[in-house]
Amino acid sequence: MDVQTKKQLKIAACKARMGVIEGTFNAKAGHPGGSLSICDVLAYLYFNEMNIDPANPTKADRDRFVLSKGHAAPALYPILSLRGFFDWSEIARLRKPHAMLQGHPSLKSTPGVDMSTGSLGQGVSTAVGMALSSKHFGDNYRVYTILGDGEIEEGQVWEAAMFAANKKLDNLVAYIDFNNLQIDGTVEEVNSPAPVDKKFEAFGWNVITIDAHDFDQIEAAYKAARECKGKPTAIIATSVKGKGVSFMENQVGWHGVAPNAEQAEQAMTELKAQLADLEA
Amino acid sequence: MAEIKKMATRDGYGQGLIELGKTRDDIIVMDADLAAATKTGAFKKEFPENFYNCGIAEQNMMSIAAGVAATGKVVFASSFAMFAAGRAFEQVRNSIGYPHLPVNIGATHAGISVGEDGATHQCCEDIALMRTIPGMTIINPADAVEAKAATIAAAEIDGPVYLRFGRLAVPVINYDNYKFELGKGINLVDGTDVTIVATGLMVERALQAADILKEEGISARVINIHTIKPLDEEIILDAAKKTGAIVVAEEHSVIGGLGSAVCELLADKMPTPVKKVGVEDEFGTSGPALDLLEMFGLGSKDIVKKAKEVIAMK
Repeated sequence: MDVQTKKQLKIAACKARMGVIEGTFNAKAGHPGGSLSICDVLAYLYFNEMNIDPANPTKADRDRFVLSKGHAAPALYPILSLRGFFDWSEIARLRKPHAMLQGHPSLKSTPGVDMSTGSLGQGVSTAVGMALSSKHFGDNYRVYTILGDGEIEEGQVWEAAMFAANKKLDNLVAYIDFNNLQIDGTVEEVNSPAPVDKKFEAFGWNVITIDAHDFDQIEAAYKAARECKGKPTAIIATSVKGKGVSFMENQVGWHGVAPNAEQAEQAMTELKAQLADLEA
Repeated sequence: MAEIKKMATRDGYGQGLIELGKTRDDIIVMDADLAAATKTGAFKKEFPENFYNCGIAEQNMMSIAAGVAATGKVVFASSFAMFAAGRAFEQVRNSIGYPHLPVNIGATHAGISVGEDGATHQCCEDIALMRTIPGMTIINPADAVEAKAATIAAAEIDGPVYLRFGRLAVPVINYDNYKFELGKGINLVDGTDVTIVATGLMVERALQAADILKEEGISARVINIHTIKPLDEEIILDAAKKTGAIVVAEEHSVIGGLGSAVCELLADKMPTPVKKVGVEDEFGTSGPALDLLEMFGLGSKDIVKKAKEVIAMK
């Protein structure tokens, strides 16, 4: 990836992290930890990978994105706004009654959201349905989804995995955000799905393992997914929950708790410093 | 007198799917390894390219169907009512209902008349479950003719549809030139003393009950409610006003089904005595379907009995 592209993606991801803090702080609720861990891949998908048009969010041949780990909506919304789907002022209204930005993604509420999600395990199946439709009707768009590592404890994920491989949906890429933390503790403590790579391989998927915060690896993975024929691709990305905010990183307690005023200020100070470095 | 033709509503569903397959190419039909029983197999035979088997994974199937619908295509997803509405309830609510996607759920083998398979497969709760989902359309056809017409109509509905079909061959009461009108109750018999509001296979039994009542000098009106949601409030309020007593007959639990919907409406807008004919608060059992319908209080004689009781309450 060229230096300029990488710089722009890092800037977008940093701004998205600021949006995560702004949104969850104003809402006094939300899931900052698992939102911060996926800002890099979201920046890559929306600025470098997907065929989308913010001026025509429902154009028929667009690539689709499903945030299967719907609780990370606070990361998706800033990215959608940065990409031009709606004004940034909506971020401060996250989780307010009848706001455009609901607590979990809502197809009917938010331009650019392709599926309502939030109940874990279902989003990936809906992405499979879109990929199936694309293939069946020869529409040739691609479908992207992001799952949480805790989410793959849901049996439905493996029903979806079995079906996608059986139907050879090579237009589908599932990214698993492996930050190793879920609400009640580490993924190993709660109910380990490991080995995740071998499980997806056994289900017939093309599996790629990457560092979630390395744009070169993200790009290489999605390029390899495009080249893989006859199989869906799973990208298993080792990530840092709370990435970018020092006191949230790798802390299980930051799953579903919003920062207070002091914490939000500290987080914004850190992120502003990162942004200044990137823009220097 | 001509012999009465009998046919299961699931067969009407299969015929409806085939008609849709002939007229449009933007259709996908899915099943969860029950294609022969749900009659999506009839569609598969004619249009194998447009049929997908999801295997024994109903929850995944419902969410996949939501994904297909989100791309603007027509999709039907079928299983037994127990698994479509029961097992996959939350997928139907969250993947289909909340985003208001036009997924057509073809749920067969509803009610006690599943027969010998017994209680695990006799779903008498599905109407109650589906009724609670905002924006869900629920259609429970009385015979195969209505089932076929409703299936074809469902493809045009902008939102989720729950189509409820039975396993048992039941008398065909509608004519071939039958027109299905979504959300419109059908006045089958005029009457002045009591109204029997029936749905599904209970419609034909309501007609028998009206004949028995007539012989005893009681004038019973009979209404077929094929669309349980949205409910035809106008026809039910009219019946309540004119006959002052209602019996609701359905092959479903007395908790949460059409009987409850009618009671909710009347309590709110026109308090009227109502008696319910349905499966009481208990599980079914294995046995021949026709015997079970009598055992569980779903016979025409049960409608007659409730009609007399409700008239006495006027």
